[in-house]
Amino acid sequence: MQLTLDQLESIAKRQLLAVQEYYLFCWQSVANLFRAPHYIADILTQADLIGVGSLPIVVLTGFFTGGVLALQSAASLAQFGAQAYTGRFVSLSMIRELAPVLTGLMVSGRNASGMASELGSMVVTEQIDAMRALGTDPMKKLVTPRMLSTVVMLFLLTIVADTVGTAGGAFVSVFISGQNGTQYFTSAYQALVWADIAQGLTKPLFFGFLIATVGCYFGMKTTGGTQGVGRATTEAVVVSSVLIIFSDFILSRAMLWLFSGI
Amino acid sequence: MAPPLPTNQAQVNTPISASDQVVVFESVSIRFNGPPVLQDVSFQIGPAETRILLGPAGVGKSVLLKLANGLLRPDSGRIFLFGQEITHMHEEALLQLRMRTGMVFQESALFDSLTVRDNVGYQLVERNLPEEEVSRRVREALQFVELGHTYDLLPASLSGGMRRRVAIARAIIDQPAFLLYDSPTGGLDPVTSHTINELVVKERDVYATPALLVTHRLQDAFTMATHHYDSEQGKMVQLPDGQIDPKTTFLVLHEGRIIFDGSTEALLASEDPFLKEFLA
Repeated sequence: MQLTLDQLESIAKRQLLAVQEYYLFCWQSVANLFRAPHYIADILTQADLIGVGSLPIVVLTGFFTGGVLALQSAASLAQFGAQAYTGRFVSLSMIRELAPVLTGLMVSGRNASGMASELGSMVVTEQIDAMRALGTDPMKKLVTPRMLSTVVMLFLLTIVADTVGTAGGAFVSVFISGQNGTQYFTSAYQALVWADIAQGLTKPLFFGFLIATVGCYFGMKTTGGTQGVGRATTEAVVVSSVLIIFSDFILSRAMLWLFSGI
Repeated sequence: MAPPLPTNQAQVNTPISASDQVVVFESVSIRFNGPPVLQDVSFQIGPAETRILLGPAGVGKSVLLKLANGLLRPDSGRIFLFGQEITHMHEEALLQLRMRTGMVFQESALFDSLTVRDNVGYQLVERNLPEEEVSRRVREALQFVELGHTYDLLPASLSGGMRRRVAIARAIIDQPAFLLYDSPTGGLDPVTSHTINELVVKERDVYATPALLVTHRLQDAFTMATHHYDSEQGKMVQLPDGQIDPKTTFLVLHEGRIIFDGSTEALLASEDPFLKEFLA
């Protein structure tokens, strides 16, 4: 019994220490935005890798999600003679909820893993130590550019997903469900209010920050050679995905309270 | 014959004056989730002095090297670099201090996504020096290690020995005031090891850069102590009449402690059972 309690205490301490380290890591990555040197070329390179590189999967995911939403909702709404509301249903679901979360999960799967494995490999081959020995701060050179690029690019990718998702819904509504295109877009447009857009575009700022900081944190803390790199990569994807879903719940609740007083 | 060198005891008794020395360790200890890796380690490195750190594999030699330029922090004790205490120095200040040092890592630690040119000129690019100056100095550094033809290649296309030489070029390009070599000949064949040893001796004798060199290969260590770089012949040659380089001295690490600190002659004359077995 004593041993079990000791083990629990040790695990709890380790977890607490990891949270503290992650918090300090996040703080440093943000504080570096205001400290020289600024690695503009690295920020642009990462923006290209994360933003442009993720565009195909975001477009495909957004289009088919919008399509399936239209397909499912049209069938249900038809029972109440409300098929004309398909556009409203799709646009609200996509813009408020699905586009930010799905884009976040897609980018997390692609980039949190990439960051963890890239930085993890650099740690185990002593490239991070070499960088420090050459007088460069790896947090400034590697982490802050990734964090900034992910936040900005996820914001833009979410707008793309919103657009493509609504278009996917229109495609299904018009060509499969036989609805009127003008009616679909009018319904989709009229349903939207400022609060919906604000809610949908605030979330990717948080999700982008989580993806980059979690990916980089697990990468920079890698130990145990190539096996450790694999472990760090898996943990980065799992933790960032769970945090996206969890923070989505918290953010949705906060936004509803802020904009609707609910 | 070379002048008599200070013995182990004489060095230990010398009062430590951190400001005169390049590196000073004062009772340094460190551990990582287990028994201590280094315990109560004290030594110093003077100007133009090359200290060779010997010891069996896994004894903490690389840890000691990383402590010397602040890549690791000790649990207790004090470390001075260029007269400044780095034990608790802020990372920002340490980065500035490290720019005056050069380090060659055990597995080279070249940035695998950058070309040889960008690896060697990394520090200069970071300082935003003009492209022409970076290119010129990179070519000079590569010339020093006789690898001028690798300028545009990626590290993946180099052999182990070539990577080690590129790492040396990267370490010396900014004419550092102190060099750290972590097993520069580890895992290399005898011919390539000789080339690397020659580069280390060349750097020592041409630029008189103080250095801390880690190795577990006794032959390499004694080659450095008994040879010098002849600029006229352009190669490393043995010192005449069995002389020993007076500025090259030894430290031996065993079970986390420095068990020997002194000259080549004192090391060879030591009656310590472990040293006798280690040197046999």
